[in-house]
Formats: sequence, C-alpha cells, structure tokens
Amino acid sequence: MTMKPTTRGFLFLAFVLAVLPLALPNAYYYDLAIRIAINASIAVGLNLLIGYTGQISLGHAGFFGIGAYASAILTSRYGWPSGVALIAGAAATALLAFAVARPILKLKGHYLAMATLGLGIILSMLIVNETDFTGGPDGMPVDAFSLFGWQITGEQTWYAVVAVMLLLVTRAALNLIDAPAGRALQAIHGSEIAARVAGIDTTSFKVRVFVLSAVVASVMGSVTAHYVGFLTPGAAGFFHSIELVTMVVLGGMASVFGSILGAVVLTLLPQLLSAFEGWETVVFGLILMLTMIFLPRGIVPTLRLKFAGRAA
Amino acid sequence: MLQVRNLSKTFGGVKAVQDVSFTVRAGTIHAVIGPNGAGKTTLFNLITGIYTPTSGEILFDDAPAGGESPDRLARRGMSRTFQNLQVCMNMSAIENVMVGAHLRLGSSLLAGLFRLPGLAKADAECRDEAARLMDFVGVGQYRDTHASQMSYGALKRLEIARALAAKPKLLLLDEPAAGLNHTETGEIEALIRKIADSGITVVLVEHDMKLVMNLSDHILVLDYGRKLAEGTAAEIRDNPDVIAAYLGASA
Repeated sequence: MTMKPTTRGFLFLAFVLAVLPLALPNAYYYDLAIRIAINASIAVGLNLLIGYTGQISLGHAGFFGIGAYASAILTSRYGWPSGVALIAGAAATALLAFAVARPILKLKGHYLAMATLGLGIILSMLIVNETDFTGGPDGMPVDAFSLFGWQITGEQTWYAVVAVMLLLVTRAALNLIDAPAGRALQAIHGSEIAARVAGIDTTSFKVRVFVLSAVVASVMGSVTAHYVGFLTPGAAGFFHSIELVTMVVLGGMASVFGSILGAVVLTLLPQLLSAFEGWETVVFGLILMLTMIFLPRGIVPTLRLKFAGRAA
Repeated sequence: MLQVRNLSKTFGGVKAVQDVSFTVRAGTIHAVIGPNGAGKTTLFNLITGIYTPTSGEILFDDAPAGGESPDRLARRGMSRTFQNLQVCMNMSAIENVMVGAHLRLGSSLLAGLFRLPGLAKADAECRDEAARLMDFVGVGQYRDTHASQMSYGALKRLEIARALAAKPKLLLLDEPAAGLNHTETGEIEALIRKIADSGITVVLVEHDMKLVMNLSDHILVLDYGRKLAEGTAAEIRDNPDVIAAYLGASA
C-alpha cells in the first residue's frame, strides 16, 4: 500500500521540527520558531472553519485573548495552577463560542464576517477596559508555566512543547478531514443544500467546528501568555485576527500544510523586512498582494495544481 | 409512500403551487411534468423540506413531513438530486458519494480528530460501497477525479450516486436528463429503470417526454401551479387540456 500524500507531509513536518534545533544558532531563532509553531497551530484550527467549512471568522484573536488572559489572571492574581487555568480558559472559550455560534453562523458571507468582527472587537475592548483584572493598555506580567512543580523555561524546552503541540494539532486536523465529520464540513462548503439533503445537520457541524477552532486559539493563547511572560491587549485585537486569517488564505484554503506555511511566511516576513526601516509594512502588504494575484488559491494548493498538471 | 394534500406555496403575491394533491405508491415511478414555471421544482422543494408549505399537508410513510428540515427527511429515507447541479466542487468524486452515506457513519468531530479504530474500518467500507455505486451509475472511471474536472453528464450521474449512497426509500430526481444529448438520455432512462427495479420509489421532474412516457407508471401535470391532469402515460398523452397547455392552443 502506498503512503498517502498527507501522511508523507506529516512525516516531513515531524522531520523538519525534529532537526530544526540543529540549525537554530541562538535564542532569537528559537523564539521565531516558537512563534511560528504557535501561529501555525492556530491557523490549522482556523482553516478547519474557514478553508474546509467555508465560514469566515474575523474575531479569532478574541478567543486567543480569552485563553491568554484567563491563564494570566488566574495564575498571577488567584494562584491557580497553570494547567487548570489553561483548561478553564479553554472551557470559557468553548462556552462563549458555543453560545454565540448559533445566531452568528446563521449569517453568510459579509454578514458573518461583520458579526465575528464585532465579537472580536467586543472581547478586545473588554480586555482594554477591565484594567483591574487585565492591567488595561499597559498589559500585565504572566508567571511561568509550571506543571507538578516543573517549570517550562528556556527557549529549547518551549520549542519542544510547541513543536509537539503543532504535530498533534496537524495530525488531528488531517484525521478529521479524512473522516465522515470532516467530509460533512467540506460538503457544507461545497453545497450547503446538498449537505442538508444528505442528512447533514449543517448548523450543528458549523457550531462544533467554530467551537473547535476557538478552543485551539484559546489554548495557544494560554501557551503564548506563559511563554512571552507579558501580555498586552493587542493579542486579542483586530489586527491579530486579520493576521491569523491571512495565514490561512495565503497558505491556502482547505490545506493543512498551507496554513503552516502561511504561518511561517507571515511570522518571518516582518523580521526579514526590518531592513526596510519604516517601509516594511508597505513591502509586507505588497508581497501579500502579489502573492494573492499570482497564487490566488494560496501557496500550497496552487503549487499542488501546477505539480499535478505536469505529472498528468 | 408519499401523499400530498391540498398543498400550496406562495412567494409574496405569486402562487407558485396551488392546492395540489396526489399520491405516490411505493415501488412506482412517478413523473411530474408541465411547462416552464409550472411549479414543478417548487413542488420538489416543498416535498424535500427546502421550502415550508404555506398550507396543505405532506405525508411521508404515513407521517407528517411538511415543513420538516431536509436533514430530518433524509433520516427518514428521502433523497434527491438537483436541476442545477449541487455537487461539492471542493471534493473528489468518490468523496461526494461518501457524503451521501453520512447518516450511516459516525458524525462525531472527536472521533474524527483521533481517528478511532471503528471509524477507520467503517470509513473504508463506505469507500468501497461508494466505488460500487459509482460503477452502478456508470462513472466508475472517475473514482479519484476531482469533481471540478468532471463533465456535466458525469456530474449528473455522480449526484444520483450520492443520493443512492443514503439508501433512500424515496428518490426525487429533478430533471435528470436536462442538458444531456440523445444517447446520454437513453442511458439515464436505463439507469432510472435499474434504480426502480432495485426497490426504490422514484419521483421525477422531466421535460424529455420520451423518457417520461417510457418510464412513468403515473404522471402528474402541473400548469400555473395547479394540477392540470393526472394519470397513466396513455391517459396523459390523449388529454386535451395537457395538449392545449403544451401547444399553447386555447382550449
């Protein structure tokens, strides 16, 4: 039996993550790798919603913020164990996402985009205004993540943790899209009416995948809070939401590996462009525009089509 | 199998379907015909739960079905195809057919995420079954083709395979021969016959009179949303009202 392309891709990803430390010269590069792995995990989760199910969300940084601030506040101010705080944040995110998903996901297209945008802005404003808990615009410090007395510190340990998390998220996403539930999600994207006629409860599936992607963002928010050690409201802001969606779109809708590549590009580019001194956002925007003009389906699906075309 | 009583649907001031009643007996092929805009597709959308009736009753297997959602009706054994194709162009051909078998597979996201052993086995069986169905409708050679790369005629058959994957009791086909050439229409006719012979009750909307007359045990004629006539193929062929409606002569 030949190996499935997704299995090959997954093993390649595992190989890259395993040998990458040999090539990372110092803490700065470890930091970049860690940020990439965190962003990639969120993007893979978000792609299940946007790329596979065809439902946009412009508010996922809000869920990231809930996770991050839940971890920060519960550990620093109330002395909760970090693991419990992380789970509490994820549970709160799941509840909120579940509560808002039903009314919001009835909307389509631009209206859904607006509603999720509004949700993100509300969450971000809450964080800015509740200065007693969140420190407001000044931000707040976060304690190190500790589990049974063992603290996660140092870039190398953090790298190992987030690399494993990225592998888990990727494997789970690949499993899902090849399972009946994953096909149901894709059918909703392809033709919602056909999906319903096939017996798929489209509302239930949309709600569940929305909650799933929100929980992934929340957990990675908690991880980020502990890793960085300091949290500002920007983490939950509109621009972060847009950044996450851009990773999905740039890398390729409905492509798990595309999301990872999108996260790599969007995390690295600002660093690589820092030489442009003040013009880096302009160049950044230009690169994104050109990519979308010449690779409209996103990087990975466009290249895959090119390759398939040549092979045939 | 299916009873429709005094069914009406209005869109604003437009009476798309007015006071239509008919019965479909199990194991038969039933056709709904009529000029363009007669309300045939609206009637289909009412029966399959896409529209909610303004008034009237629909009984499926002697239980009320009017206004019930398509996914619940699917659960009760109803399936359909569409006049304007509703194939998922973001998936491969065989995956489209596997979507049709959704109700017989686990729909849990968690089971999917962790790829539990039972699921993998059921999924492999589902894939084999889907491949058999693709052979049955005559698109077996497109197994791993992406749906977006298939021809119109093949996609029409693929939709039928997807509908069959649900193992329905009642199958509604909305213009299965529309856009097909003479030979393809003949093949679709043979396919519908095979489906009916396998014990599935078929209701179809179709403009191709030869196909309708050859296949149907019973024909319902709609005009301007009303029932114009009902009967066997021979009865409909000789009905003066039907001839008038089709040829536009004043009766």
